[in-house]
Amino acid sequence: MVAYIIRRILYVIPIALGVSVIIFGLVHIAPGDPLNAVVPPDAPKETVELLIKAYGFDKPLPVQYLIWLGKALEGDFGISYATGRTVSDAIASGVVNTLILAVGGIFIGTIMGCLIGALAGYFQGSWIDKLATGFAIAGVSVPHYWLGLVLVIIFSVELNVLPAMGMGPGGSTSWTWDSEHLKHLILPVITLSVIPIGIITRSVRATIAEILTMEFIQTLEAKGLRKGHIFTHVAKNAAPTVLAVSGLQVGYLLGGSILVETVFSWPGTGFLLNDAIFRRDIPLLQGVILVLAMFFVILNLIVDIAQSVIDPRMNRS
Amino acid sequence: MSTLSTNSSKNLDAGQIITDSPSYWSSVRSNLKNDPVTIAFALILLSLLLSAIFADLLAPLDPYKTNMLKRLKPIGTEGFLLGADELGRDMLTRLIYGGRLSLLMGISPVVAALLIGGLLGLTAGFVGGKVNMSIMRVMDVFYAFPSVLLAIAISGALGAGIFNAIISLTIVFIPPIARVTESVTTQIRALDYVEAARASGAKSLTIIRVHIISNVAGPVFVYSTSLISVSIILSSGLSFLGLGTEPPQPEWGLMLNTLRQSIYVNPWVAALPGVMIFLTSLSFNMMSDGIRSAMDIKL
Repeated sequence: MVAYIIRRILYVIPIALGVSVIIFGLVHIAPGDPLNAVVPPDAPKETVELLIKAYGFDKPLPVQYLIWLGKALEGDFGISYATGRTVSDAIASGVVNTLILAVGGIFIGTIMGCLIGALAGYFQGSWIDKLATGFAIAGVSVPHYWLGLVLVIIFSVELNVLPAMGMGPGGSTSWTWDSEHLKHLILPVITLSVIPIGIITRSVRATIAEILTMEFIQTLEAKGLRKGHIFTHVAKNAAPTVLAVSGLQVGYLLGGSILVETVFSWPGTGFLLNDAIFRRDIPLLQGVILVLAMFFVILNLIVDIAQSVIDPRMNRS
Repeated sequence: MSTLSTNSSKNLDAGQIITDSPSYWSSVRSNLKNDPVTIAFALILLSLLLSAIFADLLAPLDPYKTNMLKRLKPIGTEGFLLGADELGRDMLTRLIYGGRLSLLMGISPVVAALLIGGLLGLTAGFVGGKVNMSIMRVMDVFYAFPSVLLAIAISGALGAGIFNAIISLTIVFIPPIARVTESVTTQIRALDYVEAARASGAKSLTIIRVHIISNVAGPVFVYSTSLISVSIILSSGLSFLGLGTEPPQPEWGLMLNTLRQSIYVNPWVAALPGVMIFLTSLSFNMMSDGIRSAMDIKL
């Protein structure tokens, strides 16, 4: 197992490098001179020349990449020319706000997904199962940005009970534990939780249904174990799958929250990306994507390792 | 002589059993016939497709004609069955026309990715070894991005536009399709009958054409139809962010974006384009699930 964990950790290095190459390449697939992407059009000539030197645009591509990578590793993604702040500053506060949403979404998603999935798996073929399966399919088919909009229409426009946008009163951009901030959290978190609910429900249902057909369950029943006791055995066996699925969902939520943050004007990474796209602020775009992708890579790593620790039977190649 | 005749009669029996038992495709057909839910969603999908194609005949008004007096009329206004948008254009008309771009932008990336990713996966699976390694490791790198993030990164860098959105979504869907194709191809390549074909002197291309593609196509196709559902949501999502289609083109995601500003004036009209996205995506998912279980495919 230790050998597997070490191998798995080492495997992150080529993946992370590959990811950085793709993100570095974004500047170069942007239409026009890559310089235009980082220099405002009205910049004076001296500044332009300074920036050419600073970004190393006068050097060959592989060298440019290494310079960029070296800076990125130090957390220096350049200066967002749109806001004048360093990109890393903007990202730091954005990532925290996005994580709040993602963690909230996965929390609700896992609880609801396990609950509905377990019910459906236990009562396979019943109306509960059919309802749960239908709900799960709807959950993965719904455009979540639209669902967010519908929730805003119902709870903010029609009923006027929950705030429609922002993170807290007065355009707050940092989290504090008070009722106002919690109120702002409700709608975006519910919106984000719908996809993981659908996906987790599906896999929990399939896992539980499969475990229930296994022989050891019959043995436990034959031993006269009570239902509740058998359930703990089922749950133990389903745990690695649930862990893997919900762990990966956190990563998808980090990416998926971009659209939801736009709907709710949530001051997270999605909001930053939106800004980056509209001002064609490529350093900011690169920085945000790199940080989110690295989160996803590390999350995958943690899920894989956690799975192999929980379930040593897992055959890894 | 006698042994020969018993043999031939046995063969005859075996032949009869085969003709009596239903073929694979007829069992798939009967499975589908007994699945009203899948048929219903297939019909919904068909009507969505047809209404997009024949939008000129079906739509009551011109999708670009603005009417300042009818701005943001609610659902059920006379002459504007589903209300009017922020420029007084008929919502029903724009929803019907919107299907054209939304379906095009949702379906074409998956078709393109099916061709490219399918070819990559087939090559990786059939050739194996270092070729497999290098193709699949590159795919792994793209896998390190959540799909929404990758789509937004590429189309954010490329800039707005239908073509750019289609390119970025194609790149998003190549790795998953390549991965599924590779794993199915690798499984089939190891089967005895492929080995037998090779031993009998069949060329690689013939083996691929006759034995591999016919067996890989089903699962990969079914998997791709389920991706269309994701693609519809993502492509409309890109337009919703302002990265796909540009105004005044009718497209569901973009309509959702522009109408979002007026949810306090006329909330439910703003929600309509999303209903179309949801319905389309749901139909593709349901149909894909139905076909998958009818064809008994496990991915």
